[in-house]
Amino acid sequence: MWIILLEEVIGNMSISDVKKRIAKRVALELNDGDFVNLGIGLPTKVANYIPSGVEVFFQSENGMLCMGGIPKEGEESFDIVDAGGQYSTLLPYGAAFDSSSSFTMIRGGHVDVCVLGTLQVDGEGNLANWIIPGKIVPGMGGAMDLVTGAKKVIIATTHTNKGKPKILKKCTLPLTAVGQVDTIITELAVIEVTEDGLVLKEISQDTTVEEVIKLTEAELTVSEDIKVWKDE
Amino acid sequence: MKKVVDLDTIRDCFFDGMTLMVGGFMGCGAPETLIDYILDLGIKDITLISTDTATVDKGVGKLIVAKRVKKLFASHIGLNPETGNQMNEGTMEVELVPQGTLVERIRSGGAGLGGVLTPTGIGTIVEEGKQVLEIDGKKYILEKILQADVSLIRGSVTDVYGNTVYRGTTNNFNQVMATAGKTVIVETEKLVHGGTLSPESISTPSIYVDYIIRGGNRKYVY
Repeated sequence: MWIILLEEVIGNMSISDVKKRIAKRVALELNDGDFVNLGIGLPTKVANYIPSGVEVFFQSENGMLCMGGIPKEGEESFDIVDAGGQYSTLLPYGAAFDSSSSFTMIRGGHVDVCVLGTLQVDGEGNLANWIIPGKIVPGMGGAMDLVTGAKKVIIATTHTNKGKPKILKKCTLPLTAVGQVDTIITELAVIEVTEDGLVLKEISQDTTVEEVIKLTEAELTVSEDIKVWKDE
Repeated sequence: MKKVVDLDTIRDCFFDGMTLMVGGFMGCGAPETLIDYILDLGIKDITLISTDTATVDKGVGKLIVAKRVKKLFASHIGLNPETGNQMNEGTMEVELVPQGTLVERIRSGGAGLGGVLTPTGIGTIVEEGKQVLEIDGKKYILEKILQADVSLIRGSVTDVYGNTVYRGTTNNFNQVMATAGKTVIVETEKLVHGGTLSPESISTPSIYVDYIIRGGNRKYVY
């Protein structure tokens, strides 16, 4: 959804490696049997890394359940697109329905997990990802309903925007929703949103707690049993 | 009653300043023939209700580019830069509505309800200027209904009575919009005799449909 600079390098990782790492770590949060809605962009890549033995079902807000992957060349159907308007597929046991049913699933708390990217997220679990006033006004699409209704909201994002913190004390951009974020996953850390603020649960193997704290504007409480997460 | 007509028959359904609902999601399931017809007729000052504005050359995006829309209700306009341009120039008024709220406002409009109470948008700029009700300790925004003079619908298969089936993800806003227009016109890809469709498969029953146009040409995905 947002402008992506493909040449960008974060630390010594290319942006595509960074996104792959985030997507892989997000995938570990999904449980067998979950109904999952993935946002456009980085979150879409989560589907590539579902651990073996875990079966999840993807919901697409334009009106399908059990969305499959991108169709093979020559097998595209004009009738089946994903929430980004791209060719998609429906698994044999899937269902197609109208937008009212789709948002009954979303707003009504029937979707277990939604994964979204963000511009900003803050220590109170607020997020801002739909508008930069005066610059980009794409609209909220289904994002406000998704974060309001999904049982668990995971934010999948680069830790900073070119060194500028994205995890803030308080969002400065117009909010998408108030206090709905549960977990923030970046290339450096897994952070849980609690009533007492943000808790640093995991760091990746090539960073330190100090570095994560330095790159995070919001206050972080370091979990007593903080884990180090290794890329496979 | 004969619902299957040609475009000339429905000419008087359209007028300047009308409110129009158009189905489709990023152009998938959009009634392109009917949109092109409105362009040809020169209808202007339209209040358009559509979940997005597709791209510059698809679906309702064509109406935006031709500057026929005076006011827009939509949830996402990011992939048609012309929408943002006209909004910034002040030549088109745009109300951005969360997608789930938009569909329920339309559904309420078709279902004889007075509005929607939704938690979506609480604490955001969507809430501004609207009534917020607290019910059993939880806050909801009161969102008003949406109705249209004409709803333009795109069916995959329609029988001559108007019963309509939508394939794949082409249903999106079509089914709901077919309930909320004073006049409902279905452009269908495949027209069949009555009794052909399995009754259980019908998403839009005939009661909602006034006219049926043959069309439903499928020519894109992005």
